[in-house]
Amino acid sequence: MSTTTTRGVAQPAPAKASQARPRRGLRGNPTLNFWLFTGPFLIGLVIFVFVPIVWSVWLSFFDARYTVTPSNFIGLDNYKQILTNSNFPDSLLTFSVFAAFIVPTTWALSLGLALLVNQLRFMRAFFRSVFFLPTAVSYVAAALIWKMSIFSGVRFGLMNTVLGWFGVDNIAYLADPTPPWYWLVIVTLRLWIQSGFYMILFLAALQNIPAELYEAAAIDGAKKGWQTFRYITLPQLRATSTAVILLLLIAAYQAFDEFFNIIGTKATWAQTPLMELYKAALGTNQDYGAGSAGAVILSLLICLVTLIQGKFMGFGRGDESK
Amino acid sequence: MSALSNDNFSRRSLFRAAAGMAAAGTLAACGSNNGRGGSGGSGTQLVQYFHAYGEAGTEQAIKRYAAAYKKAGVSTNWITGNNFEAKLFSALLTKQAPDVFEFHPQLQMVKSGQVADLSDLIDPVKDDFNPNDIKSHTVDGKIYGIRMIDDPQFFYYRKSMLEKAKVEVPTTLDELLDAAAKLTTDKVKGVFLGNDFTAIQNNLIFSAGAETLDANNKIGYHTDGVVEGLKKLRTLFTSGHVLLDAPTDFWDPSALNQGLCAIQWGGMWSMPAMQKALGDDLGIFPFPKIGSAGKLSVYNGGWSIFVNAKGKNVDAAKEYVKWLWIDQKKYQEDWALSYGFHIPPRTSTAQSATKLKSGLPAEAVKLFTDYGHFDNIGFDQVMITAFNDVIASSVRKNGNPEAALDACDKKVNVELKKLFG
Repeated sequence: MSTTTTRGVAQPAPAKASQARPRRGLRGNPTLNFWLFTGPFLIGLVIFVFVPIVWSVWLSFFDARYTVTPSNFIGLDNYKQILTNSNFPDSLLTFSVFAAFIVPTTWALSLGLALLVNQLRFMRAFFRSVFFLPTAVSYVAAALIWKMSIFSGVRFGLMNTVLGWFGVDNIAYLADPTPPWYWLVIVTLRLWIQSGFYMILFLAALQNIPAELYEAAAIDGAKKGWQTFRYITLPQLRATSTAVILLLLIAAYQAFDEFFNIIGTKATWAQTPLMELYKAALGTNQDYGAGSAGAVILSLLICLVTLIQGKFMGFGRGDESK
Repeated sequence: MSALSNDNFSRRSLFRAAAGMAAAGTLAACGSNNGRGGSGGSGTQLVQYFHAYGEAGTEQAIKRYAAAYKKAGVSTNWITGNNFEAKLFSALLTKQAPDVFEFHPQLQMVKSGQVADLSDLIDPVKDDFNPNDIKSHTVDGKIYGIRMIDDPQFFYYRKSMLEKAKVEVPTTLDELLDAAAKLTTDKVKGVFLGNDFTAIQNNLIFSAGAETLDANNKIGYHTDGVVEGLKKLRTLFTSGHVLLDAPTDFWDPSALNQGLCAIQWGGMWSMPAMQKALGDDLGIFPFPKIGSAGKLSVYNGGWSIFVNAKGKNVDAAKEYVKWLWIDQKKYQEDWALSYGFHIPPRTSTAQSATKLKSGLPAEAVKLFTDYGHFDNIGFDQVMITAFNDVIASSVRKNGNPEAALDACDKKVNVELKKLFG
């Protein structure tokens, strides 16, 4: 009786509430929720990414000077022009070399920072923030600081002031390509901005390595330091490293902002592939056909490099999944 | 329960209020100070694009002129940064394209139908314009742009520094090299030619006695004199007597005003700021001769106004352009002389401008008259960019000038074929 009484008092109330106030909108319809949250982004993706890609491929086969709705089909002429009568092939070569340098350097630096921060027993959050904060700075703002403040060629530039204390003459880091000091400017900027972000990825991966592995290694006689790092830590970071290298490679080929603002377009060195395409299409030349042909070539190259990297390192394949 | 209801009501009310305020804010922004003038929100609305001029007051001036126009509302898009051309040309492809814009005369814009024929506006006053300005905007007898300002470019120098170093004003490139060496100290560099040397690339051609394109629209820049000039500029570049990597470029008077150099390449627009900073300790001279066939040269930059031929309001835009740049002489004089100094392209306006009648401005006008070179409408942006590479490869980098010019020829010939067949 008491049970019945309890049930009679306690149970009908939620049932009544449920019937009276059915769950609506965001809480009641997963399909609606899905489209509500992803729909706008999908629409944006289609309009601003997929349509331009298809349009760009289409433009690359037309004489599209001063127009993006051309009618004169010219086959592969734009590809021939961009590969034989422009600086685009040089820029691809330069940036393959650049990628070959900046990718392993950034990988090593960000991994090193992650290992250092991971070792900290106090103020870990502070140092993690300090190294990550540059990621929030735009490439344009950083490029202007590097160019006009730190590496300005005049006597009151920061670097030249410091060098002046030691009797060294002013260096024109950016105007004079011999010796190529401009790489020092660009590489330091890129490392400063990028390393913090990848450090966070490595830090997360480091904290996911089970402590038991290190304990087992210690029992087996592995020495702390290089031996542990070489045989435990590094293999455990394989999946993260693959992703980091992939992202770094793509970022290297897509470099634009800092090169545009530091080197400018009136040079024949350190011109990124995107800058050459900018000059061909979006600058004053207005040759959207040749620019599109270059964009297609660059996209294919990035895909190729990514696939080759995937072949050697595996996409997201950690040791544990083997 | 009631409290809960009130909370819900309150949240929704707040949301509605916020949405309402956002909408009101957006509408308010539409009506805020956006440079729209004339008839304001009703009637024809025109959009004009201007790059950001360095001289204070110019943006306000352009908006003031637009506001005085009563037959249409005119909004001004004042584009800052160094990519005015990119923003302009990408906008011209869209439905939001400007009706009126400033740029330089370029043949490909005429051939592609981007700019409207303005002959009917200019013809009645054609004789009052500098004939070279008319010529540089004319294709097949039709005039496609109205010159707003002529901007001669020359060297500025500190008289006191040259006197102290016992240096005469250079008339040849060799003398400029010697002067730069004598004027260089541990604090001051002899000369500043702009950070990438491309500012003087036209003068390199003209001072060597060559032209960008010849009368038959064939390559005119590839001469022995130009090769000699490139080699000498390379010597100057590596001499340690040139200011490099200055915080601002040649268009800004800071390098000379701040004592970073003794001689600076610049435009007439910088003259008021330089005179204000340096007083009478300021002189000018044209780009020196290069080689035996050389002659002094002054490159005339400047800006012109164009009407977007594919715009929605071509006739209204032409009417506005006529009103501002043909009829309103007081605005033209104000635009040319109240901020930086420029030479008005209208002869009558230039002759009545008292600011140009004496002192350094008068000297600049004389240099412009005696040695001025105007843009060739056929030497378009593709060719200019190709010649930028020549300067980069053979002056800033130690490349062979002949090889650099050959590479340039290849690109220019492709472009010439596209333009002239």
